[in-house]
Amino acid sequence: MELHGIGASPLRKEDWPLLRGEGTFIADFKRPGMVHALVVRSPFAHARFTRIDGSAALQAPGVIDLVTAADLPDRGRPIPTRMFKDEAANRFLQKPLADGEVRYSGEPVAVLIAESRYLAEDAAELLNIDYEPLEVVLDPDAGTVAGHLVVERGDVEAAFAQADEVIKEEFFIQRHAATPLETRGLVAEFDASSKSLTVWGAAKIPHVNRRILAQLLGWDESRIRLVELHVGGGFGARGEFYPEDFLIPFAAMRVGRPVAWVEDREESLRAMNHSREQVHRVELALQRDGTFLGLKDTFVNDTGAYVRTHGMTVPGLSISMLPGPYAWPAYRGEYRSILTNKTPCGTYRSPGRFEVNFVRERLIDIAANRLGLDKVEIRRRNLIRDFPHDTGTLFDEHPVVYDSGDYPLLLDKALKTFDYEGLKRWRAKSAHRGLGIALFVEKAGPAEREYARIELASSGHATVFTGTASLGQGVETILAQVCATHLGLPFDRIRVVHGDTAAIPEGMGSFGSRAAMMGGAAVMGAAAKLRRQVLESAAEQLEAAPDDLVLAPDGVSVRGAPSRSVPLPALSVEDRFVCELLGFPYGIHLAAVEVDPATGAVRVHRYAVAYDIGRCINPMIVRGQVAGGFAQGLGGALLEEFAFDANGQPLAASFMDYLLPTSEDVPDLELLITEDAPSPLNPLGVKGAGEGGTAAVGGAIANAVADALGVEVTRLPLSPQRVMELARA
Amino acid sequence: MKPAPFEYHDPRSVEDTIGLLAKYGDECKVLAGGQSLVPLMNFRLARPGRLIDINGVESLGRIRVENGRLQLGAMVRHTHVEHSNDIAARWPLLHEAIGWVGHSQIRNRGTVGGSVAHADPAAELPCALAALDARFHVLSKRGPRVLRWDQLFVSEFTTSLAPDELLTAIEVPPQDPSTGVAFVEFARRHGDFALGGAAATVSIGQDGRCAAATVALLSAGPRPVRADEAERRLVGARVDEAMIREAADVAVRGLHPTSDLHGSSEYRVKLLRVMTERAVTRALQRATRKAA
Amino acid sequence: MRKISVEINGRLVKGEVEPRLLLGDFIRDNAGLTGTHFGCEHGVCGACTVQLDGEPVRSCLMFAVQANGRRIATVEGMAPSATELHPLQQAFHEAHALQCGFCTPGILMTMEAFLRAEPDPSPERIRAALAGNLCRCTGYQNIVTAVRLAADRMR
Repeated sequence: MELHGIGASPLRKEDWPLLRGEGTFIADFKRPGMVHALVVRSPFAHARFTRIDGSAALQAPGVIDLVTAADLPDRGRPIPTRMFKDEAANRFLQKPLADGEVRYSGEPVAVLIAESRYLAEDAAELLNIDYEPLEVVLDPDAGTVAGHLVVERGDVEAAFAQADEVIKEEFFIQRHAATPLETRGLVAEFDASSKSLTVWGAAKIPHVNRRILAQLLGWDESRIRLVELHVGGGFGARGEFYPEDFLIPFAAMRVGRPVAWVEDREESLRAMNHSREQVHRVELALQRDGTFLGLKDTFVNDTGAYVRTHGMTVPGLSISMLPGPYAWPAYRGEYRSILTNKTPCGTYRSPGRFEVNFVRERLIDIAANRLGLDKVEIRRRNLIRDFPHDTGTLFDEHPVVYDSGDYPLLLDKALKTFDYEGLKRWRAKSAHRGLGIALFVEKAGPAEREYARIELASSGHATVFTGTASLGQGVETILAQVCATHLGLPFDRIRVVHGDTAAIPEGMGSFGSRAAMMGGAAVMGAAAKLRRQVLESAAEQLEAAPDDLVLAPDGVSVRGAPSRSVPLPALSVEDRFVCELLGFPYGIHLAAVEVDPATGAVRVHRYAVAYDIGRCINPMIVRGQVAGGFAQGLGGALLEEFAFDANGQPLAASFMDYLLPTSEDVPDLELLITEDAPSPLNPLGVKGAGEGGTAAVGGAIANAVADALGVEVTRLPLSPQRVMELARA
Repeated sequence: MKPAPFEYHDPRSVEDTIGLLAKYGDECKVLAGGQSLVPLMNFRLARPGRLIDINGVESLGRIRVENGRLQLGAMVRHTHVEHSNDIAARWPLLHEAIGWVGHSQIRNRGTVGGSVAHADPAAELPCALAALDARFHVLSKRGPRVLRWDQLFVSEFTTSLAPDELLTAIEVPPQDPSTGVAFVEFARRHGDFALGGAAATVSIGQDGRCAAATVALLSAGPRPVRADEAERRLVGARVDEAMIREAADVAVRGLHPTSDLHGSSEYRVKLLRVMTERAVTRALQRATRKAA
Repeated sequence: MRKISVEINGRLVKGEVEPRLLLGDFIRDNAGLTGTHFGCEHGVCGACTVQLDGEPVRSCLMFAVQANGRRIATVEGMAPSATELHPLQQAFHEAHALQCGFCTPGILMTMEAFLRAEPDPSPERIRAALAGNLCRCTGYQNIVTAVRLAADRMR
């Protein structure tokens, strides 16, 4: 039996049931007597209403109950932010149900509970709500400010005063979103005898959401259990505390039967967090030789109708990560997070970074074009060379200090591995070919603590309990590998349990590329502690030094004398890993595209990513993460857009119009994973690998298209119409 | 996203079908492959009181060739057209157009009659059939009718079929084997409805001049567009690059395709011009190759 | 209500259903085979793909009554036993062709039929055949690799 420890690529623990159709996603989960909830949503982007007449709906076949804001405690308590909190923004939190005014198309106004989803949809048509449409605000420049922040370091004015050249540009990143293929869903059941609630369908942050639900109900957390089943992708949006996360448990208590809710795609596209919509007005000051002197950016972040759980995370990350891998003598960033009558926003894979990497990397190309400098050399000249590097910005309340890196080394490796010179020759062979390069710094491992417990059974099996969550990324597999390495039992002997608040006392979940770094370090700590305890006690029994012992599934024996052995003890050990700082992986995207100016089509000829992630636990999974992240980034660069009409009605309201990339849109990705700069912040040295595939796709593709057409690209997505317009400009 | 309730009929014969249509008329909708109708029903954008499911009417599912004319039963699935060697050899334009329809799962279920009756101006088949001067056989208790494409297609999602009428077959005239054909389109993703596209046929005479030409456009207006003026200019001309550019220019003159999220009307006109140019060029190349 | 009987993975499943019941709901709820997933319910994502008399179709775009007397295959019927995988499933496992696994059953149903029709496909043909199934996790690359791997083993 192979160990399959850190650095190996064992076949995933997760796959077997998923391949056989034996998984349990939330829609597959049933409880006896279960009924179905339908969330009735506003058809208007902004309207007043005074009355919800449910009399006809309640008479419809199979209808059990109707819940409106009037039925909720305090008519609905606002859902709090969980990170990047901003006192001023607390006025704009969303309540579970609209109470007299709706502020986006898709806002929940009522919940119908019926014997089936079919019957609930029938009844919803009988609801009578006296909407009176109000004026809508869609332009982020015109909306109410929910959050405002200025970050300044260095002498910005002096930097701009002494510049040879100042490049000034406005950039727009369109609204798009995570859009996992499984929509959200919940099943909630109230046990009247123990006055306790169980909610299945949790994801990402079960313990955090248990706390929020307890807070909204005014309960003690111990009466609530959240359980994660199979989860069909998250990418930032799934698993946050949404209105339904209160409404479905509440409905279950009201009707006294288990209540199931499965979001359909039509609602999901309007209800789940959107992301990314920003307008940047940015200025770059530099010397004639390409040396950067200063960077100034004022941007608006369209956060939609309410401030949701992420608070100011997206603009906050944008402002702190805009400087990227370059040394800036002076930097000033300012954001306004703005309310509009659109779906509220949260994070989407590489939040803030996809946006600012596009802005910064495009701006640098414009500068290079203006000054006649080589696009690689202008970047190389300005790379940060000394680590740790304090950027002077903050992530939430923690300083953004790049922990380790060798940026020029990765640049050299990338150019060589991907044959940049050959690409240049390819480009020169024909018109309308372009190359784009974009550098980035990612971040990994937020939420400063994580929990792990390992239970060893005398049969030689170990069970890892982790506070991280599985969204499909392979967390069971990699945590088992970490455990295998540090406990010394083979991978196949290790089981990983996650996402059940009854089995795991605490956890911060999986987001921001934290599971491998924080969860991995906690498992490593617990495994090492467990191994030590096992060996020490065996050493006593066998009268040998711990270093002379061999730990195996069938027991601990003395090296070279296998007959001198004791069985493994049944033992449980827990550990917590705490780290206030983040890890900063970094990388390079390289795009080679061919543009058809007659149609506006962009064909990606080659796409390559070089990514230093400190240390790689499972190369197969890392490659999968980067390839999948790249596909999402490509969707954002070329295809996906949540646009609205003048009344605030979503134009991309189905998968016919919200265009996820297909197998014919995503080319094979070339990938170089390096481990040149392990993180000094955790004993594994890992930095997390979940988001680098997405981070710079907008920047690299936009740079390549600009290069192909000889024009400056300032807006995403690069739809055929936009590309044709650029080609004709 | 669950459909509203409806009454369901599944007749086994054409006669029973038109009987039901005569009886229920307006309140019913014919269910063919369902690949356009069922999504609309799931969104509750369509909510017919009765569905007349003609999947059990076997006589509608046949492909026949009679006197050189192709007879496609209304319930012939896209996949059968796609995999018919006879159609590929004798009606290559149809074969090429079908390849652009949706994805395999859609083509396995979708039918030619359903596609025609749905009358989506962005759909491939109506455009190809317009280029091929197909005729549409329609039946009701009142008797049969045969319609030209311009008599059948009225506007977006609207045909001249009366509520009691059933489209039973599509008849495609024989194609001159020396004709070169091409069907091209451009969509944001392959399998999506096209932002613009064109079907072209070109025949070259003994004298090297264009003996016959057709140009039809999709996503160009409320129904398929035949570019008559472009066709007139091509016929009798020595078709070279300049001639093709000229034909493409006149083909899109006066067009006002609908703007949407994926492309403005102006963009679509420019695209249609390019599609026309590419379709005619490719058709010409194929005709020239056949002549050689 | 209509009485129907559908052969699913070789087992006859009977039910009395409303005509509007989607085939996918019948498979999931009446037959209890929840491996077939709904991802969009409007025929775009392909997650609900099953085989109708051997051909892949969207089970969200058919009514259960239309499958009366027909033969349906779903992902649950693929593996030869509780301890083995179908060669295509095995290839997906080995090539890391799934992450969250939600879209996987629909993809397996599409690709199984595809390999029957084209036992030796090029990567381009695989990509074309796969384009009717959306996957948000993998970027498709490993799926193409897996299908090719399965093709090599199944020939």
